[in-house]
Amino acid sequence: MTSHIKFQVKQLIRISYDFLLRCIFHILSVGPIPTHIAFIMDGNRRYARKNNIGLKDRYRPGFLALMSRVKHCYELGVKYITIFAFSLDNLRRQPEEIQRLMELLREKIEVFLENDGFIKKYGVRLYFVGNLTVLGEDIHAAANRLMEETANNTTTYLLVCVGYTSTYEMVHAFEESIHLGKENRIIELEDIEKQMYMSIAPKPDILIRSSGETRLSNFLLWQTEFSLLYCPSALWPELGLWHMVWALLNYQRHYAYFQKKMKN
Amino acid sequence: MMKISTTLLSRAPALSLNRSTKLSSYFPNHHIHNQHLLPNNLVGPISCFWAHHSTTSANADGNLDKSPLPANLRQELMPRHVAIILDGNGRWAAKRGHGPEVGHDAGVIALIEVMGLCARWGIPVATFFVFSSENWRRTKAEVDFIMWRFQKMLEDELQNFIRQGIRIFTIGDTSTLPISLQEVLEHTKEATQDNTKTQVIFAISYSGKNDIVQACQNISKKVRNGVIEPNEVTENVIEKELETKVTSIPSPDLLIRTSGELRISNFLLWQLAYSEFYFCQTFWPDFSETQFIEALQCFQKRGRRFGKRI
Repeated sequence: MTSHIKFQVKQLIRISYDFLLRCIFHILSVGPIPTHIAFIMDGNRRYARKNNIGLKDRYRPGFLALMSRVKHCYELGVKYITIFAFSLDNLRRQPEEIQRLMELLREKIEVFLENDGFIKKYGVRLYFVGNLTVLGEDIHAAANRLMEETANNTTTYLLVCVGYTSTYEMVHAFEESIHLGKENRIIELEDIEKQMYMSIAPKPDILIRSSGETRLSNFLLWQTEFSLLYCPSALWPELGLWHMVWALLNYQRHYAYFQKKMKN
Repeated sequence: MMKISTTLLSRAPALSLNRSTKLSSYFPNHHIHNQHLLPNNLVGPISCFWAHHSTTSANADGNLDKSPLPANLRQELMPRHVAIILDGNGRWAAKRGHGPEVGHDAGVIALIEVMGLCARWGIPVATFFVFSSENWRRTKAEVDFIMWRFQKMLEDELQNFIRQGIRIFTIGDTSTLPISLQEVLEHTKEATQDNTKTQVIFAISYSGKNDIVQACQNISKKVRNGVIEPNEVTENVIEKELETKVTSIPSPDLLIRTSGELRISNFLLWQLAYSEFYFCQTFWPDFSETQFIEALQCFQKRGRRFGKRI
């Protein structure tokens, strides 16, 4: 009897929470909603240490937080989300740690390939952006397969930056524009921009970096020239809905002034 | 007259006690400085006041070379290159019921003060985002005033820069600047070229994207001429072609942006890859030693990992 009541109470709480969430999203939708949000997911290790989580499961709370944030963003109407999953600078970490990250990536790619509930529900097209050779052959092949399978989705986009740094992207774009350019033509800004990995998405409107560090760490340097930078001090797994709401309110508050400046 | 007094007094907190006594003696001589643009001959007296004021204060300070760091800053954790986006002049002036020219005037004073602090504390390189390529979209009157005021600052403060050991560089498309300003910049760069205490880089008519594009264009010319192979182009090669090649420390350790805007706004895009950002609500004309120390203290507390684990 009591367990039945407990279950009903939990249901009621869940329904109330969903209703509250929908109200908040409706209120936020009155103002401008960003088209593209980028995340730097910093603070996983500190969170694991704080909560005594073992080395093997260090990145799992981070992944759960990521899925939660991504779903909220899509429900709010954000079309593009970019995440900084693995930087080329991270190759300087301990090999065991890199291996753990790669295992998690492989596991999640396979989950998406088998059971695409999340992908179907939000119509997500996945991109893996960067130098994918750092992934190793099998993960690279799985990532390519996932990109092909989601290639027809057009509702929302998830760009996962792996083996990526902004300076590497710019060097790569420059090399491509040299190869494709004609003999005596001068390279222009548009030529380089067209060859960037991130040319598939518009510029980010907001860049969110968790754990309170205020730096870009070689992420989207070219694309974030006019993006709002938001750096809450919460560690990545602690970044919740309320941080997102606050980021959006800040974006809406700066929006009018920024549009005026751009027009002038 | 009262409006002028309040304007000047609101600027006063940034100034030290002995300077404020000189301030009061200038009040009766001020012309009205109101919101719409004044012709150049009427703008002059206000700017002359500030110019005189800053010269006086610089002379009064005496021994700048031997001032130690403030007690709460550690020498070994000082940034080697500080970049500052000078934002908020217009809003500072609007809050006081004046046109942007008053804000830019006060902003130049703050600029001179912060340059002096960098030299005093031995910060090797300081870059100031004086004028962006996007700022050309402002009204001609405002742009002309900024150019005129900046030129006046360079002419008036040259001896102080030399005395403080500041070497001046510029980055940005200087060909778009008025000819007189271009000449004054050349002269200032030549006159300060032997100074070694601090390198100050003025980013004027500068765009971070155009900087990267011009570096790529130079490298593509070298590739076409066979000086370098396409597969030899690395990040270091591009970095050496950027306009910040004038200094040996092209990447800022710390970026400060005033006025509460949380953006990079097309400044040093490549070079800011690993820089720490510090955003403060203060408008640029109010940015002084206190705010600068706060920014440096914040910087000194940060743990910089550059992607790997410590």
